Amino acid sequence: MTRKDSLPVTDAHAVKVTGVSRIFSIKKKPPVTALESVDLTVAPGEFVSLIGPSGCGKSTLLRLIADLDQPTAGTIEVFGKTARKARIDQDYGIAFQQAGLLPWRTVRANIELPLELHKVGTAERRSRSTELLELVGLGDFGDSYPDQLSGGMQQRVAIARALAESPNLLLMDEPFGALDEMTRERMQNELIRICAETRAAVVFVTHSIPEAVFLSDRVVVMSPRPGRIRSVLPIRLGGPDDRSEHIREDAAFFDGVSAVRESLHGTPDTGNARGVDTR
Amino acid sequence: MRLHFTSARMVVAPLLLGIAVLALWQLAVVALEIKPFVLPGPAAIADQFFGNIDNVWTASAVTGWNALVGLVLGAIAGVLFATLAAVWPVLDELSAPIVAALAVIPIVALAPVLYTMYGAGAETARQIIAAIAVFIPVYLNSLRGFRQVRPVHRELMHVYAASGIQTARNVTLPSSLPFIFTGLRIASSLAVISALIAEYFGGPVGGLGKSITSAASSSNYSLAWAYVLGSILVGLVFYSITLGLEKFVSRHRPTP
Repeated sequence: MTRKDSLPVTDAHAVKVTGVSRIFSIKKKPPVTALESVDLTVAPGEFVSLIGPSGCGKSTLLRLIADLDQPTAGTIEVFGKTARKARIDQDYGIAFQQAGLLPWRTVRANIELPLELHKVGTAERRSRSTELLELVGLGDFGDSYPDQLSGGMQQRVAIARALAESPNLLLMDEPFGALDEMTRERMQNELIRICAETRAAVVFVTHSIPEAVFLSDRVVVMSPRPGRIRSVLPIRLGGPDDRSEHIREDAAFFDGVSAVRESLHGTPDTGNARGVDTR
Repeated sequence: MRLHFTSARMVVAPLLLGIAVLALWQLAVVALEIKPFVLPGPAAIADQFFGNIDNVWTASAVTGWNALVGLVLGAIAGVLFATLAAVWPVLDELSAPIVAALAVIPIVALAPVLYTMYGAGAETARQIIAAIAVFIPVYLNSLRGFRQVRPVHRELMHVYAASGIQTARNVTLPSSLPFIFTGLRIASSLAVISALIAEYFGGPVGGLGKSITSAASSSNYSLAWAYVLGSILVGLVFYSITLGLEKFVSRHRPTP
């Protein structure tokens, strides 16, 4: 399967969020403003992380982009289309915090699920899933069932499934949130590599400052009640080739972590425990 | 090794217990001179069972067929209504009192009414009674199963812009299969019991229920017990087949 080369010429944005608000009205309770006049653009191939404390609306924003929810006000464009049209056209792949694999399907059949739903032929499905199994390093596990795999491996299957249709946009809602620190760092390295290979734009929701800094081109810091964008911090850690394991020891990485932390807490970072995960 | 050990324990132990109970039973009947109308010994029952094996077989076939027709019809209706109720919850709310009423009334009590409706010469009444008895557990369990779909799976299908039929086939049905089969397993025994008991209230002769009553009323107690043994076997066959089907469809699932 070749990459979709359907990037519209007229609009250079992968995602364009304009003045979006989302208010949840629950019966007999005051309405909750999850998002208030949020503006955000993501360029094609760009990696953008959304970070902030619980209740800052970062997951809500991702769900709005994925058309799993509709904004109360404002507009969302994905590759110049409405979010709904982009979903129906399958312009994005998505991975949730839970792997969400179907336990009665083999790993391979799970990866092939979106292709199967969209009437891709058996032979093409097979070759694509073989390719993806290699990409996420699970070449020998195609015939296993999800419950025979560890949490990290399941999450890799979910990422492979999200990549199945070669989307130009990848939406990820804390995909590594349930993993241990070691697995998590390894998955981050793999994600950098995968993104370099697929050139997809990524919107990545996370709680972890080092994770956001390590992965992103830009980190969007959000504040809660009401959910707003507090600041957008560009991170310059170099291209995917430079961003290997040693960068986690690099001064630029620590500067990025400090900058995000300062923005999150609204005060300069005085502690000497730099780089420590403050999730 | 361990597997052999456990399977030996699972097969041999109940077998030994069964033989011991039968031996004690026979011993008690002989030693205490228990009269056959109180309790015939297992030897006498086995004698009657094998001596009348053709009759027991024919009777089992009649009752078993009624139970099977009821099971199939009731199960189809149960799954179908559960599907409708899952799609339109208002249907579930509307039908809740009726289902509750059906669940508490003894279905076989309807037998005399149905015999007058369909004629005492037809098996229809018995099949309907079995079907109604089957409907309740299948409907309730299927509906519960349809609501067990994990939100992440539902959202995934939404994200993939899957059609209703694709969602049903790939997510809803597989998620709810264990529940549907739990309902079927309960229903399979109910089908046999209902079809058999319904025979006590009239209708054509030839089934297990009628055979038990007529053998007992002609004081042939060992023969009555031979038919009871036949009923137990029919019930076991129904239960085992549904259990086997359940195991087959859920072979790739983690055991809960």
